[in-house]
Amino acid sequence: MQFVRRSHVPTRLLIAAPLAAVAVSLALSGLLIAAAGADPFEAYWKMLVGAFGSRLSITETLTRTTPLILTGLAAAVAFRARLWNIGAEGQFFVGALAVAALAHGVLAGTPAIVGTPLLLVAGAAAGALLLLVPLALRLRFGVDEVVTTLLLNFVVLLFVGMMIEGPLKDPMAFGWPQSVPVPGGLMLPKLVPRSRLTIGLLIALAAALAVAFVQARTVFGFEARAAGLAPRAAAFAGVSLPRTLVAVACLSGALAGLAGAVEVLSVKGFVTKDLSPGYGYSGIVVAMLAGLNPIGVVAGALFVGIVFVGADGMSRALGVPSFIADVIVAISLLSMLVALLFTSYEVRR
Amino acid sequence: MTAALDILLTASLWAAVLRIATPLIFGTLGALICERSGVLNLGIEGIMTLGAMVGWLTVYQGGDLWTGLLAAAAAGAAFGLLHAALTVPLGLSQHVTGLGITLFSSSLTYFVFRLSVPVSSTPPTIEPFRPLAIPGLSDLPFLGEALFQQTAPTYLALAATAAVAWLLARTPLGLAVRMAGENPHAVEAQGLDPIRIRIGAVVAGSALMGLGGAFLTTAAFNSFFPTMIQGRGWVCIALVVFSSWKPGKALFGALLFALFDAYQLRLQHVVEGAVPYQLFLMVPYVLSILALVVMSRRARVPQALMQPYRRGER
Repeated sequence: MQFVRRSHVPTRLLIAAPLAAVAVSLALSGLLIAAAGADPFEAYWKMLVGAFGSRLSITETLTRTTPLILTGLAAAVAFRARLWNIGAEGQFFVGALAVAALAHGVLAGTPAIVGTPLLLVAGAAAGALLLLVPLALRLRFGVDEVVTTLLLNFVVLLFVGMMIEGPLKDPMAFGWPQSVPVPGGLMLPKLVPRSRLTIGLLIALAAALAVAFVQARTVFGFEARAAGLAPRAAAFAGVSLPRTLVAVACLSGALAGLAGAVEVLSVKGFVTKDLSPGYGYSGIVVAMLAGLNPIGVVAGALFVGIVFVGADGMSRALGVPSFIADVIVAISLLSMLVALLFTSYEVRR
Repeated sequence: MTAALDILLTASLWAAVLRIATPLIFGTLGALICERSGVLNLGIEGIMTLGAMVGWLTVYQGGDLWTGLLAAAAAGAAFGLLHAALTVPLGLSQHVTGLGITLFSSSLTYFVFRLSVPVSSTPPTIEPFRPLAIPGLSDLPFLGEALFQQTAPTYLALAATAAVAWLLARTPLGLAVRMAGENPHAVEAQGLDPIRIRIGAVVAGSALMGLGGAFLTTAAFNSFFPTMIQGRGWVCIALVVFSSWKPGKALFGALLFALFDAYQLRLQHVVEGAVPYQLFLMVPYVLSILALVVMSRRARVPQALMQPYRRGER
């Protein structure tokens, strides 16, 4: 058996691959659902109902999809340039923390029209700054960024704990470790009244379009891709690898930080340690499911959002542990990797 | 100040160092074997979680402690085989596949744990490994308490370090593994199959990772809880770089790391309230990053690490 790289990848294969991956993961997870004593078909039906069955469940699914689009984009732009940013979880939290700190302090009295955009920018900037640390270590000392970005996630989460039990602690929270709330006026406007869905969703969609445009139409987008595909050739052609990577890191970290900022300004209005149920890590799956394509990220995020929200309902109805959601997502990542292999290679005997 | 220094003179600190180091020794050795053969295994965090649960569950279901360790190693090996199958013959990105293995094995672990153990406020417990005092040596003052009253898996970890060091440096098998990580084409020229060697190394290394996780539930604690690995796997990946891919230095790195960890735990009590406790908890992760910075320049990375090997392709 031999793999031969395809010279041309048919579009239908690019669309069929994620669908096949999702089908395989649902089939395999179905075995686990059966092992838990439930009927897989009924379980998946309950999952769909849980994610789309009512007005509330639809807005919840879209609320869950919003940060996943942004963290998915964060992973996609970085991976495309072979910058292995596994730290989106940490960048998400510093973005959220920056919002909580500034909304309570400097920007407390500002009108929403100025204050809210500034908070979003601050969250993005905090995420970008955090990713520049491991990037600097890579460029200066040759330290692989995979482990450093991962380890920083733990450091950031402890830092968040320190802040919300210390300087940023909400004295009105009955001793719960949570940050002071963002003033109501600075929160993002609702997209659907009487739901948790805000215009954060539109921000995420706009970000996907913007990233798609940047990658397809700008010199920076071309250089970033070249840096990932063939760093040596790119350098020979005059692309400054360090400069490109710094720009990619800023964009990737900013998207993850923005995810944290949007989440605080949409959902709770304050920071807790469980603000993210692993959005940073799920973003990696979303990006891979999308084949690192920014528009595909929206679809990937929607899939993961459906699984997470739907699994809660399914778990309540059938007693299958809700951890099944993470299993489905993880298996889809692995099967998507295999599917991607078959899109870029042909198998010959 | 003297209170902070006095801690260093207690035998219980040094006993704790060995105890804390044990899962790191297993994990680092495991990751080291994989990387020496040319495969980065970022599945380690999940494989350790899986090993912790499988080891515990086996004993909880009535198996004895050694069967628990064996089952954990087998579970680790099985997920190692999955990682190897995806990255070696198929040549998928080792970074992303490894993360996928971590996500998959840890979520499957939680799922199986929830299925097999009823939800309760206090986690069910097992009877763990007891400290095994080595006759004669354990009566030595200070050293006896620090070194020779450990649990059996700790002694096993030390023995494994010696075994791996000897295997890698002195046997034809070790040479083949090292060559697969340096230049797989040369391995093939010798009439050996680099693909099989890499798969074997990843399976064996992952079995050790499983053991590292199982130590936590069968010797250090007596119950399983989902967050118990707490980044130890990633620390092991950092320790491999710190060790320059050498088993002896890996042992030293794990012990040094455990010393800082055990020390900060005790220091917390001395300076209680003066410093937020989270700062102490950050120390291990920050140390790992610093270790990477210090060692990355000097270390000689296996030349073919993370490069997929395809027959007939250069």
